[in-house]
This record gives sequence, structure tokens and C-alpha cells, in this order.
Amino acid sequence: MHERGNVMVFLEHRNGEPADVSLELVCKARELASTLKVGAEAVAIGSGNAYDHEALGRFGCNRVFAVEHPGLAQFTSVPYAKVLTQLITEYEPQIVLFGATTTGRDLAPRVASELQCGLTADCTDLQIGEHKVKRQVYENVLLQIRPAFGGNIVATIVSPESRPSMATVREGVMSKQILDVWGPAQLIEKQVSLSEVDFPTQVLEVVHKEKSVDLKKAKIIVSAGIGAADPQALEAVYELAKTLGGDVGASRPVVDAGIVPKEHQVGQTGTTVRPNLYIACGISGQIQHRAGMMESKRIIAINSDPQAPIFDIAHYGIVGDVKQVIAHMIKAYKDKD
Amino acid sequence: MAFRIVVFVKQVPDTQNITGQAMKEDGTVNRDALPAIFNPEDANALEEALRVKEIFPDTMITAMSMGPPKASDVLKDCLYRGVDQAVLISDRAFAGADTLATSYALACAVRRLGPVDLILCGRQAIDGDTAQVGPQVAQKLGMNQITSVCDIREINEDWITVVRGIETGFETVRSAFPVLLTVTSAANDPRPPKATLVMAYKNILCHIEDAYDESYIEPACGLGAEHILQWNLASIQADPDRCGLSGSATKVKKIENVVLTATESKRIENTYQSVSGLIHELIHEHILG
Repeated sequence: MHERGNVMVFLEHRNGEPADVSLELVCKARELASTLKVGAEAVAIGSGNAYDHEALGRFGCNRVFAVEHPGLAQFTSVPYAKVLTQLITEYEPQIVLFGATTTGRDLAPRVASELQCGLTADCTDLQIGEHKVKRQVYENVLLQIRPAFGGNIVATIVSPESRPSMATVREGVMSKQILDVWGPAQLIEKQVSLSEVDFPTQVLEVVHKEKSVDLKKAKIIVSAGIGAADPQALEAVYELAKTLGGDVGASRPVVDAGIVPKEHQVGQTGTTVRPNLYIACGISGQIQHRAGMMESKRIIAINSDPQAPIFDIAHYGIVGDVKQVIAHMIKAYKDKD
Repeated sequence: MAFRIVVFVKQVPDTQNITGQAMKEDGTVNRDALPAIFNPEDANALEEALRVKEIFPDTMITAMSMGPPKASDVLKDCLYRGVDQAVLISDRAFAGADTLATSYALACAVRRLGPVDLILCGRQAIDGDTAQVGPQVAQKLGMNQITSVCDIREINEDWITVVRGIETGFETVRSAFPVLLTVTSAANDPRPPKATLVMAYKNILCHIEDAYDESYIEPACGLGAEHILQWNLASIQADPDRCGLSGSATKVKKIENVVLTATESKRIENTYQSVSGLIHELIHEHILG
């Protein structure tokens, strides 16, 4: 085994800039690399990305491999997997991280299958640690922590016998920070040879829809569950969000019922949020939902059922009719001065 | 035009609807109390296959599942909806497989079937939510893949045009055959079982084959399945070292049940005065502006 491989991040771009999730992963890679006393590096595949990748040094990235090819302007599975597999084979990183995006979740398994290495999806934490099997001890193994079974269990996964250890991580799970002490990253331009057979998918059209809400950035979220899904209660939820300067979230059943659009969904299959204030209105608190909002700084739960599990994780619990409690809140907030 | 389609289906515990009965006293989930269901997005994949068959009636659809003998339930469900044959991949040697080992066994089984034009599967299964098996099978079969498909726009003998959902919107992409598609719940509303097919298949049995059989002949399309074909390690000529736990690159080091963590929780009375007190407290702490 090679003990000294680096920690590599597959970099995704949105509008020519690295995606937030990729920058978050570069920061995580830096942390893991420091523990392992190795380097952190990123792979940027594309065409005509104007972004200055040396700037990734600010996030603790040591070097960036840039692969430019006109056929790689848009993500398609086969050529991206081929290029990344080649780079991993050449540079032998010990860890490779991907955003758990539609791209990362498409690319990572194909590359892992090619390299016959372990891949853990949707990790919520990554650590370096030891793994013992009977008398064998593996040092400095990537501990990949993820919820499973619909969020009802948390599993720690390791892949000590294959290399590299690969993991995907959702956006917003790791935090991003700029490190002042780091200089520019070293930029290494890589040439690849790709032929027509490497491009079996033809992208005909890409339609970008403007997102009406970005819950990840929200400081205050007022969320509606099934207990607040009737028209009057829902109106109260929207009114409260507007009054407090927050955004509206929703639990999965409310979204599944088509009452609130999908981009408002908070939870394991929706968006993971960590606002300063989360007000859960008529939400019972299924594990899938809690997994997506437990990190909120303050949680207020309003529910008519005093036994609702949401009260177990709320900082403040109010038992009562959602509409009535919200009316009190709006009035109290408007009367604050 | 007649396509040869394989649909992967999985029987999963219903993790999305955990009721009070499934919770143990310590706040963890009693997995045995969860009903086993047809993985939701696999039903969407099956529906897309059946729609292709409606356009091209000579299409041959094989439903395939890997799991314990009980998993034949989901294959029966596929027969009730109109697939031509059903294959269960079942062997103790497959137990404990991660996605790498699972995709290896499925790829071996697809090879056993012979040439395939289109593989359809759900984007992900609700028990693991990994979304890995589809792409890994595609890689092992040297096939193109398109994930998160929410619509099949056009299919003809040369290509298939599909729409895939991405974070920022949609992509319309085209691929020649063979190709593997993973399908999302946005694609369609799966059809219900057909009464005549339920009557025809409700007592269907598994035909266990435990060695590779050279004389194996693909059943002629349209005659209907007589058995659910059950294949094991030997019949798909799989390497035992690449199956099950020994073929898995990932190992579970530790499992912790998620227990409801009681934070320090304050009960606030549902009165204007108490709620107002809370709002002022939050303003004072700069949580509210």
C-alpha cells in the first residue's frame, strides 16, 4: 500500500465558478490532508472555464489538475469517468471526494467500479481513524459516516483494502472557510486523448430554471408540515416568514401532496438547512425531516399534539393551534418596539 | 423494432413511512416491523419499460432482482404489470454485498441473458439511497449511462432521447444503444397490476437453476413466463471472491441507531404574553432582527 497519497476533490463548476459544494470539499480535504500530513488537490475538468484555479489555494488546496477539452464542456458520464480514472491511476490519491450532486452521484460510482474501490454516498462526516479487524490494524483510514435506512441509523463505513477511498458529500454539510496563510495553488494542465467513441451521450439542450428559494442560505426558516397544510394555516406560515424576513420550508408529505414546491423541502431527501432560527409548524418530526434541520441554532416547534417527536429536538415547544400561535408571534414581533 | 430491455427491481423495507408501531421503546426503529415493498423508483423504471413495449410490442422485458427468495414478490409484481420474464438472483454467497459486489453479480446475470439494448432501474433504493448500482453495472458492461431520467422523449431504432433532472434545471440528452437509464419518481405514475395477469401469475413458482446451463434458451417473447427463473452464483458464472461480503470494498465499521436526542427544551404557553416573551428573548439574542 502507498501510504502517502494525497486527498483529491473532483471540482464541479456552475457558471464558470467552482460550485459551493466543491469549495466545501476542498476545505474538508485540507483538514483531512493535514491530519494525514499529505497534500490536498483538485481536478477541474471542462472547457473554457475562466476561473483562476490558483485561487483555490485560499481554501488550502495545494495543486489543481486542469483538463481542457471541447467535448468536456458539459458533463457526460463516460468521458468524465475516463479522464478522472486516468488521473487517479497516475497520481494515486488515497482519498477522492465528490459533491453528492447529480453529477457527483453519476460519476463517482462509475469511477469506483472501474477502479474496484469503495465508495460511500452522502457522507455527513469524514474523519481519519483506525480500523481493526481481528488482529489486523489499519491506520489512517477514512471513516465515512452516513445516515442509512431512511436516516434511522448512522453507519461508519470504511474501505481499508481498496484504494482510493471515495465518498460523496451533500452541499451544505461541510463548511467553507478561507485560510489567509495559503498561497496560490499550483496549476497543472493535463492533456487527454479522447476519441469519438468516448462521447456516447450527446447533450441537446440544457434548461436552467431560476431557483425561487435557496434554503441553504436562509437565516430564518418557517416550515409547514401536514398540521399546517390547510389553506389558512399555510397562509399564516407564509405571513410569519414574510414578517420575520425568512423563507418558507416544508416537510416531505406537504411537498409530496403538491401543496408546496419541491425546492422548499427540508430533510434528508430535500435540503439540509442550518438557519439561525427554524420554526416547525405542524411538523411531527419524522427522522428524515429532523436529519435536515437538527443543526439549526434555535428551533421552535408548534404542534397541537404534545407527543409529537419534534418537541424532543426543539429548544422551544409550543403546544397549540398553529394559526393561533403564529398570530401571537406576528403580533408580538410587530409590537417589539 | 423490438428492444431487449432489462429492468432492475429491489425489494426494500419501507423506510419512508415509519409508524409508531415500528419504533422501539428506546427510540430506535424496529426494522422487522417495517413492511417490505417494491422500491418506489424501480416502479417508475418498470413503467417506462412497459411504455416502450406499448410502442414496440415485440419488445422483450426481463425484470431482474437480487435478493433472498422472498424478493420473488417484487418479480411477481412485475409479471402482474406485463413483463415477459422474471429472474431472481439469489445465493448465500451474495449476502452482505455492497454496491460494488451487487453490481458485479447483476452484470454477470445480464451477460447471461445475452445482448441487451436498454437497462432501466430506479435512481436509488430507499433503504440505502446510494444511487450507485446503476452506474456501476453500466461500467461493468461497458455501457453508456444516463442518470436521474425524468422523461423518455423519443425512442427509435437508432437512439433514445431523454430528459434528466439536474440541480439547476433539466438536460435533454441523446444516446445510442445499449444504454442504462436510472429513472426518478418524476417520470411517471406507475400503472396498477392487471387483473388477468394477477390471475395468471399469482401461483407462479421459482425454477431454481444451480449450474450454468449451455442449453439455456431465451424464452420466446409473448408466450408468457412459466416460472420465475432463479439463478445462483454458479448459474451466472460469478467469481465468488467478487460477490457478497468478500467482494465488497466497503465494510460497515459501526452502526448507531439514531435516538431522539432531547435538547434542553422549554415549553412556552400558547398565550400572547408567553409568545411575546419568547420573541423578545430571540431579538435580544440577535436570532431575530
